[in-house]
Amino acid sequence: MVLRYMNPSHPVQQLRREMDRLWSQVMGDQIEPPWTGLVRGQPAVNVWETEEALFVELETPGLKSDQLDISVAGDQLSIRVHRPEVEEQGATYHRRERPVGSFSRVLRLPSPVDADAVEAELQNGVLCIKLPKAKEARPRKIQVVGK
Amino acid sequence: MADDTQAVKTPASEVAPAEHTRSGTYYRPNVDIVEKADELIVRADVPGATADGIDVKFEDGTLSIHAKVPPRNQDVDFLVREYGVGDFYREFRVNETVDVARISAELADGVLTLHLPKIEAAKPRKIPVKT
Repeated sequence: MVLRYMNPSHPVQQLRREMDRLWSQVMGDQIEPPWTGLVRGQPAVNVWETEEALFVELETPGLKSDQLDISVAGDQLSIRVHRPEVEEQGATYHRRERPVGSFSRVLRLPSPVDADAVEAELQNGVLCIKLPKAKEARPRKIQVVGK
Repeated sequence: MADDTQAVKTPASEVAPAEHTRSGTYYRPNVDIVEKADELIVRADVPGATADGIDVKFEDGTLSIHAKVPPRNQDVDFLVREYGVGDFYREFRVNETVDVARISAELADGVLTLHLPKIEAAKPRKIPVKT
């Protein structure tokens, strides 16, 4: 999925969100429906930004830091996760819903980032990647001089 | 492999109407249930939950898991929002072969593991055949 096509303020997106919200109220479930571009087997991400940085967050329950592979190349952030299959001897599975295997996601970043300063933190099964924006992408406050 | 997976969290629609002390969205965690000779193991994905927010209850033959997830990133401008953050809740019927008093739970890296030991009488027993 490409970030630059994700324009939350686009009228069509607004309409869709509004319809989704109404629908979920009627149906009683309050989950936000997945946004466009989500494919089964891809980890779902939340992305937000501040003036200084972009943040990408995804849920990675059970994963250790060595099972995560994050890289930034140009304007692309790629995330690969691998959740190994644990085969238990002499056991019967009644339910098997937790995904196993390798999953990857490539995001095109909406603004240039300082690749050397990217940080990733894993806490309680949630991975949060902080991508500081490149200097030229940060907003610069212009002082108005009164005369 | 990829066909078995789902990135989207499903809402807790099959949950019985239980009283909740706080409003908000509840999600149904993905679980693995594994049966071994002497116990059942339930593994639930509850990313974002902390150990003090885990509430495992057994009542009237129903085992319920409630994992509180502290809200995060509430006041941010999302560019992409594919999943919501909220508590996890799920219930299971547990039959009488489980030794309720010895149920134990542990949480590591957002995965809750429950051990449900079987009562002695329910464990498989090999019957020797006399010749």
